[in-house]
Amino acid sequence: MGLYDNVSAADVDRALQAEERSLRDLAVLLSPEARPSLEAMAREAQRLTRWHFGRTISLYAPIYISNLCAADCIYCGFAARSGSREKRVTLNIDTIRQECQALAAQGFQNILILTGEAPKTVTVDYITEAVAVAREYFNGVSVEIYALDEPGYQQLFEAGLEGTTLYMETYDQETYHKVHLLGEKMDYDYRLDATERAGNAGVRKLSIGALLGLSDWRLDVLWTALHARHLQKHCWQSSISLSFPRLRHTPERFTIEHPVSDAELVQIMLALRLFLPEAGFNLSTREAADFRDRLIPLGITSMSAGSSTRPGGYATYRPEDVSCNTGSGRIVLEQFEIDDTRSVAEVAQAIKTAGYDPVWKDFDRAFDEE
Amino acid sequence: MNDPLIIAGRSFSSRLLIGTGKFPSATALRECIEGSEAEIVTVALRRVDINAPEEEGILSAIDTDKQLLLPNTSGARTAEEAVRLAKMARAAGCEPWIKLELTPEPRYLLPDPVETLKAAETLVKEGFVVMPYIQADPVLAKRLEEIGVATVMPLGAPIGSNRGIRTRDMIRIIIEQATVPVVVDAGLGAPSHAAEAMEMGADAVLVNTALADATDHAAMGCAFAQATAAGRMAYNAGLGPQRDSAEASSPLTGFLFD
Repeated sequence: MGLYDNVSAADVDRALQAEERSLRDLAVLLSPEARPSLEAMAREAQRLTRWHFGRTISLYAPIYISNLCAADCIYCGFAARSGSREKRVTLNIDTIRQECQALAAQGFQNILILTGEAPKTVTVDYITEAVAVAREYFNGVSVEIYALDEPGYQQLFEAGLEGTTLYMETYDQETYHKVHLLGEKMDYDYRLDATERAGNAGVRKLSIGALLGLSDWRLDVLWTALHARHLQKHCWQSSISLSFPRLRHTPERFTIEHPVSDAELVQIMLALRLFLPEAGFNLSTREAADFRDRLIPLGITSMSAGSSTRPGGYATYRPEDVSCNTGSGRIVLEQFEIDDTRSVAEVAQAIKTAGYDPVWKDFDRAFDEE
Repeated sequence: MNDPLIIAGRSFSSRLLIGTGKFPSATALRECIEGSEAEIVTVALRRVDINAPEEEGILSAIDTDKQLLLPNTSGARTAEEAVRLAKMARAAGCEPWIKLELTPEPRYLLPDPVETLKAAETLVKEGFVVMPYIQADPVLAKRLEEIGVATVMPLGAPIGSNRGIRTRDMIRIIIEQATVPVVVDAGLGAPSHAAEAMEMGADAVLVNTALADATDHAAMGCAFAQATAAGRMAYNAGLGPQRDSAEASSPLTGFLFD
C-alpha cells in the first residue's frame, strides 16, 4: 500500500486542519480524494504564504550562456542526441556582458545563469567569470548548471553567487537511469547530494524540484518535500525554494507518460505550501500567461519574466534580428519554448493587478564576502 | 497627558513602530503610516536601493519630515554583513540609527545572539543609535544595555506568526530590569496583542505582518495605534498585575480570623 492509498474524506479534513503537517498529511493532500477540497487548500495556502512572504512577488530573468551539452536527457531540447540542427554556442564574456546590460536596462536585479551539462568545455572557471560579470549589474545572481563538487560551489560563492537551482528531474532511480543516457548526469547520487554541497559552501538560496511528467508525480513531489526538509535541517542558514517545472514541449523521441494537468499542478503547489509554509515557490515562463496570473495568489513568491531560453537571446542572437543568423545560416538553439511571452513590465503590471507588490531587489552587495 | 517615548534623547509621541515588508504596494504602506500616525518606520536595506530609490518603491511612502526612517539589516547572517549595511546606509545620508536584525536562519528568522552582540559593540563604538532585535533573553538584554544600545527589541513570537506574546514571562523580566526602552517586536498579530505588551510595561511595539496583510491598511494602522496608546494609558493608570489563574472566591485562611 502506498502512502497516498486508502485515503478517506476524514483524513483530508484532518490534514487540512493540522497545524503541523506530517508526510502522511502531505500524501493525503496530494491524493485524488483531496481534489474536492482544492478551494479550502487554496485559502489555507494563501494565508500561510501571506504570513511568511506578505503580498510580494520577486522578479528574475534567466540568462542562458551556453547550450552545449554532453548529457543525453531524452526529454530535453539541449540534449546531445536531441536531433536538433540549430546552432550550439557558448557566449564569450563580452556577449554575456551585453546580455546583462540588456536585462539591467529592463530593471532586473535578480538573474539566473544557465548552462547545459558540458563540464569539460563550459568550465567552472568560465561560469565563475560569468557570475562575477553579472554581479557588476545585478544584486542577486544564481546559477542553474550541472552538479558541482563543494570547492566548485565555494568558488562561485566567492565570486558573489547568491543561489543555485538544481532539479533532480526525477527521484525515482529506475526512471532516472532510463532517461539520462550520457555524461556525468548519469550519476544519481552525485546529483542528489549536489544542493547540500552548495549549502555547505555557503550558498544562501537553494532551489530544488522534480521535472513533473517524467515519473509518478505524487511520489516525486513527496521526495521533493523530504529533500527540502533535509536541506532545511542540514543547511540551516540557507533558504529553500521549490520549482514546479512541468514537461510540456519535448523532442519528438520522447512522449510524456505521466502528464500533469493544470488542476493537478495547482494541487501539487497547494499541498506543498501546506507542508512547507516557509519555502519560496518559483514559477517560470514555461507556463502560459493567464495560468501564471491565476497562480500568483496561491503561493508563488518568485516569477521569471520576459525570458529567452536561447543563449544570447536578449541582445545578440535575438530571433527577430538578422544577427540571429550566426553566419552558418542556422538559428541558435533554445532549450524550450516560452509560453508566457509578455515583457517584464507587463508581468509586473499583472502582479500589481493581482494585489501584490513586484519586488526587484532582495539582496545587497553588503552580503558579499569581502 | 504628555508621555513621549524617548530613544537616544529623541522624543516621539507615537509608541507604535512600523515595519515595511510584505505590503502589497507603496500606496498601502503610505495609507498605513498615515492611519497609524507612526513616527518610526523601519526599512530593510536589502529591499531598497538607498542611493537610487524606485519611483513607486517603499521609500516613496515615507515622509522623512514626519517619520524617522529606521534602516534595518534584515537578511544579514554575520556581524560583518550587518555592520557593512549600517555604514552604507549612513554613507547614503540616512541618520545614524540602525535596527540590528541578524537572522542567519531563514525559516523562522530568529535572531543570532552572538552575532548581534558583536555587531552592536562595533556599531555603538562607531556612533550609531543601535536598536537590536533579540530573543526574549533577559541576560542578553542586559549585556546589550551595558554595551550602550538605545533600546532592546525582544520578540513576542516568531516574525510573521501573528501568535501574540508567547515569550511573556521573559519579556516581563526584561521590562522589569531594563534601563533603556523595551520595544516588543515580532509576533503581534492583533491590536489586542499590542495593548497587552503595553499593559505589561513595554515602552513601544513594532508591527509589520498584521498591518501589511490588512484589507484596509489605514484603518488597521489606526486600530493598532489606538490599542498601543490604550495599553500605555492603562499601564500609567496603575493597572494591577494580571494572574494566570483566578483568585479563589472563598479565602483559604479566613478561618484564622473567624
